[in-house]
Amino acid sequence: MQIKPILTALRHHKAGTVLIVVQIALTLAIVCNALFIIHQRVAQLSQPSGLEEANLIRIQNQWVGKADDKAYGSLMATDLATLRRLPGVADAYATNSVPLSGGGWSMSLRLKADQSAPSAQTAIYFSDDHTLSTLGLKLVAGRNFRADDIRPMSAKDDLLHPAVIIVTRTLADKLFPTSTAVGKTVYLANHVSTIIGVVERMQTPWLGMSWGSAASTLVPFRLLTDGTNYVIRTQPGQLDRVRRSAPEALFAQNRMRVIPDQHGVETFRQIRADAYASDRGMAILMAVICVMLLAITAAGIVGLTSFWVGQRRKQIGVRRALGATRGDILSYFLTENLLIGMGGVLLGIALAIGLNLWMVTRFEMQHLSLWYVLAGAVALLLLGQGAVLAPALRASRVPPVEATRSV
Amino acid sequence: MFAYYLQLGLRSLRRNPALTALMVIAIGFGVAASMTTYAVFRAVSGDPIPWKSGQLFVPQIDSWGPGQGRQAGDLPDALSYTDAMALMRAHVAHRQTVIYPVGLSLIPTGQTAKPIAAHGYATYTDFFSMFDVPFLYGSSWPVSDDTGRGNAVVITRKLNQRLFGGADSVGKVINLDGSDYRVSGVIRDWNPKPRFFDVANGSGFGGEADFYMPFTRAIDLQIGTDGNNNCTKVAAAGWDGWLHSSCVWIAYWVELPTAAAVARYRDYLKGYAADQRKSGRFDWTPAVRLSDVSQWLNLQHVVPPETRVSMLISLGFLVVCLVNTIGLLLAKFMRRAPEIGVRRALGASRREIYKQFLLEAAAVGLAGGVLGLLLTGVGMLGVGLVFEADVARLAHMNLSLVMLTVLVAVVATLLAALYPTWRAASVQPAWQLKSN
Repeated sequence: MQIKPILTALRHHKAGTVLIVVQIALTLAIVCNALFIIHQRVAQLSQPSGLEEANLIRIQNQWVGKADDKAYGSLMATDLATLRRLPGVADAYATNSVPLSGGGWSMSLRLKADQSAPSAQTAIYFSDDHTLSTLGLKLVAGRNFRADDIRPMSAKDDLLHPAVIIVTRTLADKLFPTSTAVGKTVYLANHVSTIIGVVERMQTPWLGMSWGSAASTLVPFRLLTDGTNYVIRTQPGQLDRVRRSAPEALFAQNRMRVIPDQHGVETFRQIRADAYASDRGMAILMAVICVMLLAITAAGIVGLTSFWVGQRRKQIGVRRALGATRGDILSYFLTENLLIGMGGVLLGIALAIGLNLWMVTRFEMQHLSLWYVLAGAVALLLLGQGAVLAPALRASRVPPVEATRSV
Repeated sequence: MFAYYLQLGLRSLRRNPALTALMVIAIGFGVAASMTTYAVFRAVSGDPIPWKSGQLFVPQIDSWGPGQGRQAGDLPDALSYTDAMALMRAHVAHRQTVIYPVGLSLIPTGQTAKPIAAHGYATYTDFFSMFDVPFLYGSSWPVSDDTGRGNAVVITRKLNQRLFGGADSVGKVINLDGSDYRVSGVIRDWNPKPRFFDVANGSGFGGEADFYMPFTRAIDLQIGTDGNNNCTKVAAAGWDGWLHSSCVWIAYWVELPTAAAVARYRDYLKGYAADQRKSGRFDWTPAVRLSDVSQWLNLQHVVPPETRVSMLISLGFLVVCLVNTIGLLLAKFMRRAPEIGVRRALGASRREIYKQFLLEAAAVGLAGGVLGLLLTGVGMLGVGLVFEADVARLAHMNLSLVMLTVLVAVVATLLAALYPTWRAASVQPAWQLKSN
């Protein structure tokens, strides 16, 4: 391969060369960072919640009129009985919040009562003996709550002091990295609680919390307030039916309640879609921009190379007349493009890393993995070769007789 | 001459339809991507109350003390009941109010109708004059309802429509969670974007509230907050235990019309904080901060980072499209070097060459702008897929966006054409003629 004559020729159209280099460099910088954003967002939204999500429905229920807190306990018990009796319902329970819903309760945990800095932060889920079976949580150690563990708790008058709790494996590992958590005690606020069970995974209601997305605690309480969430597992295939019948059954039972029009009755699939809406959106947008960017850059290379081929028909003819084969001409243009592409890619790597560093400081992005940059560089070089192929083939078909023609 | 150059330009563009189409498409896509993301950014980063945003302030007090796992300078984003009431009693600002969101159920008078959820705010009567809330009927409640825990309520046009069919309902009674309230006023559609006075709860871009009620009445009825309640220590049991705990849940706003008033208020806050230490309530000197509307929105990160990042990436895309256009225009113009040589030899000045080629570029830009406009329209339909529903709903096409799209396309193309045109204008006529 003769590189020196190519370089000499490139010096004759500096501007065009520089423009392609710059375009490749910018494309590489943007595509690397966009792909990296896609990767992060997809990783975020493909985290498992720990729930068997397929047949879950959440109903947000608000009691109307001022009732004594104690009265809510019997109202909720009646509602749960109604829901569990409903055809198509496998199980149901009442809680303050569910994973990914965006709103909930969090507390800090301490291993000793007098410890100043907390050992861990955790989401608090109000639960009962039906919670594990409704959500499909996997118990990996210890036992589930029993019906006699469940106590009422009035939000206004009582403090949270569960005798027994169930934690997620994430939380158990954080609190007791070396030994089993079951049977150990921890302090929630100022009260001691014994861990009786560990579930494999259960996400918190929030995304992007610094203390982890799966540090959750189940407490055996029925929270007596005017607002509650009913979570229902339906039998397979009964989701749509129960979605309609459950609120009807609740209203038939007692009309003095509000189930909001928006988000009042939602499947878990909807909750998940809402929670990750911005992540999915960013991934889509970045993908669209990447595709357009690569297409435009490829088209630009085709356009400019075609122009060069047109400009050099006579020189190509002369070379052909002097004995160069079609393959020589083809490889000339491919090599030329490769050289330009490598220039662009080198500049682009620097730009990609620079852009990422700037975004790290400005937008709390993570550091770009070098694999992305390398993969992007290879992809752009291949794209350049692909784009140049058509004009280069056209150049190789220039007949030697072209040398004898005057323009 | 203008018409002739335009004709020349169009003819030249027609001569290489593929190259022309490529440029138009590049500019169209680049502009559309930038404009779509800009429309979203514009929608979320606007000043919600431009005529007054420099006079409305939020005070913050570090009632939690150091070492609560927060970064330095990170103060609680709301006030505790104790601090909010102390500031209200001091009455140092021109106007001041506390605000917290409440969720109640509206109980219909009929026996069969279902109750509906109603969202509102508990506040003081100054709220309406501070934020220039426009009234349709009646007015805000009198100060006596603030001090006397009156059962007044201000409802929105939407709720008025639902309950009273849009008639003047001042003096009528509505039932919220079993308590009666007398309507003192109905406000027009008013939902600033972002809802700056309540950005600590939710995105700030949600739907309109249904009602506003006196804060003192809400506290009397023990209505808890429907928004965030952040505590460092567990509150003592019961309503009073919560009220007097370190939990922060109350937004506080003051109106300070002059720089002197701002300085005076800042001094007052510092003095108040120092007094809290002296009195032994805190064993640290609490940091204080006073932020106006735009500072507050920044502090609360109201503009979602996604909108900024996507706008930047789109602008980068536009830049690549322009670099691409420079290359293509260069190829296109230089291919006509012989023609330029002839024109120059026949007496056309460089100026004329500039005019001719910039006009041709402007035509490309205009075509790119029109394509960009169409694609921006498509993009607007697609923002719902990309941004959260509350935010996406705000982005819309209006005259200024249409003008801006076309303008950006034309100006960007002209900028891109500068270098190729300069090259075209510096063609040496003698050399071209000789080689021909």
